Amino acid sequence: MNNEPKKHPWQKLLDNTWLLLALGVLIPVLSYTVWGWIELVLTKPALLP
Amino acid sequence: MSLRPLTAPWFHGPAGHEKIWLGCAILWCFVMSLMMPYWHFRGKQNSTGEAYSVKPADFLARTEKFVAANRVGTFKGPASNPMLGDLPLVEPPAGGDAYLVGRMWQWYPALRLRLGETYRLHMSALDLQHGFSLQPLNMNFQVLPGYDHVLTITPTSKGEFTIVCNEFCGVGHSNMSGKIFVE
Amino acid sequence: MSSPSHSLADPGTPGRKCGTTGLGVCLDAQRFIKLNAVCGIVFLLLGGIAALLLALTRWQTIHLLPVDWFYRILTFHGINMLILWILFFEVAILYFACTTPLNARLFSRKVAWVSFGMMLTGAVMVDYIILAGQADVMMTSYLPLVAHPLFYLGIILVAVGTLVAVFNYFATLYVAKRDKSYTGSVPIVTFGATAAAIIAVVTLLHGAVVMVPTFTYSMGWTPQPDPAWYRLIWWGLGHQSQQVNVCAMVSVWYLLTHIVLGSRPINEAVCRTAFVLYILFINLASAHHLLVDPGVGATWKIWNTSYAMYLAVLASMVHGFTVPAGAEIAMREKGYTSGIFGWVTALPWKNPAFSGTALSLVIFGFLGGITGVTLGTQQINIIAHNTLRIPGHFHVTVVGGTSLAFMALAYYVIPLIFQRDFIFRGVARVQPWIFGIGITLLSFGMSFAGSMGVSRRSWDIDAQGVYGPAAHLWLGVLGIGGVLAFLGLLIFVLLCVGTLFFGPKIQDRAMADWGTPPALAGSSPGSLAHDHYATKGTMVLTLVFLACFAVYYFANWKALADVWPVR
Repeated sequence: MNNEPKKHPWQKLLDNTWLLLALGVLIPVLSYTVWGWIELVLTKPALLP
Repeated sequence: MSLRPLTAPWFHGPAGHEKIWLGCAILWCFVMSLMMPYWHFRGKQNSTGEAYSVKPADFLARTEKFVAANRVGTFKGPASNPMLGDLPLVEPPAGGDAYLVGRMWQWYPALRLRLGETYRLHMSALDLQHGFSLQPLNMNFQVLPGYDHVLTITPTSKGEFTIVCNEFCGVGHSNMSGKIFVE
Repeated sequence: MSSPSHSLADPGTPGRKCGTTGLGVCLDAQRFIKLNAVCGIVFLLLGGIAALLLALTRWQTIHLLPVDWFYRILTFHGINMLILWILFFEVAILYFACTTPLNARLFSRKVAWVSFGMMLTGAVMVDYIILAGQADVMMTSYLPLVAHPLFYLGIILVAVGTLVAVFNYFATLYVAKRDKSYTGSVPIVTFGATAAAIIAVVTLLHGAVVMVPTFTYSMGWTPQPDPAWYRLIWWGLGHQSQQVNVCAMVSVWYLLTHIVLGSRPINEAVCRTAFVLYILFINLASAHHLLVDPGVGATWKIWNTSYAMYLAVLASMVHGFTVPAGAEIAMREKGYTSGIFGWVTALPWKNPAFSGTALSLVIFGFLGGITGVTLGTQQINIIAHNTLRIPGHFHVTVVGGTSLAFMALAYYVIPLIFQRDFIFRGVARVQPWIFGIGITLLSFGMSFAGSMGVSRRSWDIDAQGVYGPAAHLWLGVLGIGGVLAFLGLLIFVLLCVGTLFFGPKIQDRAMADWGTPPALAGSSPGSLAHDHYATKGTMVLTLVFLACFAVYYFANWKALADVWPVR
């Protein structure tokens, strides 16, 4: 193993399936789902004068 | 090689044609990213999603009040679409609030607007989701029960416009219609 | 279990060596690839028959179905095509991608059975309840529309079953690495499939979050969920499941150009980074469906609809370059070096797997991609939302793109996995063309009718009295395209089913060649590996693409500027 050539850090990142899985779930859930959910929860009641 | 594991280190940065294309693509994505915020501030057509929560019964009551106060006549439903029936024709005060109810299967009431005036058009649904689709202009907005969706809208062309429903709402969906007249 | 190891290289693992490619094939995976692919194709046929009925109804002159059956069949079509055909076939692709390329054995046969059983039970439930007339709610089943509880339960079963298959996929990746069935980095096809699997996790989680309370509501156990909330979460299922398709499709592009032409990714780092951009950002685009909705604000809309500043579009544009560039390099190395496009004319256009791939790429990129990004522009959506422009867009992504790519793949899957050569090979050679041209016509019909304001999911346009002869003409084009595409689909299904029963068996010999370009005198494999300026043809093609994109994009801004001011 020691005589293997050094891997570029970017290659290490792309080889890390589990990190990609975690980020792939986290980013859309926060950006789309949670943010959108918060906007809906914060909807104010209509005044209807 | 696309089907075989890679054993040697394979990272190398983009080069040549690939780099040129990458540059073009990034530039184009950047242009598109700027267009939406630009239009939001400088363009005239935007969907801000302005909305308030409302009970369907309250919204209907407010609409009936609006109709009673501003009614100017009756729109006779066309014989070709018996589901529509007759609608009160209502002219909101110039620059004021207008209310539009979507229900199975009509948009209630018919509205008469003035060219160049800006109105706050409140839309909500009483039963199912409906789609506000103004034809032949082809402007489309979603209308949900429980939400008072407010469009700040300025008619800039005269004539008779039809509100088509473009969200599926049962067997009468393709007949669901409404009217806006601009004078 | 005869051997605890999950490496096919170890003795006692149930595998075979492929007579065509020399690669190891896990027999467990092979069984489930077969089961899932066959189910997928059956649902494709069901959805296709529905498609024909719908096309013949929206073709206003024919107007075939009565109103209740139109909406029922439309619900059936959406579910069978977008959910069942695609998910079953994707599971087949996942089982392939985690075993053969890694020389690995499937993690668990039992888990695969559980997944398959759940998916099939759910699928049969949903189809039954729709045809029984108890779920005329469209695929989206927007609340307060409510269907029979079996409809939601069926979808939950399909979603969870798929999630179980995705778990089996990740577990196989894990044990393959642990048991050293391979060393180094997974190949690009597996990497793309992993991207699809990750996106599927997010998708199916949203599916569970939205479908479970809707199911309990339909049972009368809990109050009705909020319609806007339902739309938000449902599109986390509905749109993202189509992003699974995109990843699977791009992986198939890489796979088939490799098998047919010997292409390799021109730059592994760039291709993989593009997949990572999909993983991280493509799912934000569920917002495409909420751009003119109440409740969510402009900032949320603009940020999410742009996939965080178009990073996922960038990824597609990268694949749209690297896939043809890989093909160009492979062809030039084989000796097809004349001019800029000499390699294009020498491509094996009569090989259905290749023509299917190429058409898929062109239809997806030029039609599906350009329309998708434009219609998904926040403000432009005002002149597109819920009109026929929307199905006009997605029929050239998921059908002309994904389904056609999957069909192309079947021309190799059936000989290599089911081990039978195709019957009526001459017919197979024209099938992708019939299907591709049909679906393109259909999409043009839909898009132009939609531009004239014709709404989607509408049984009839005449009651409104606002649509003229031009709209009717385009609906006719939609109808003709639909019939043609159905013909292509029917030929495909008949060829596949016929081959499974009557195709000549392949026993440890190579499959019959569909036609691959032979190496010419003066060919030198690998000679262009370091020539970064060898892809002139691809460069020209992609620049033409960019020009089309820009024209269509700004033309739509112009059209938007002509409607009433609104905010």
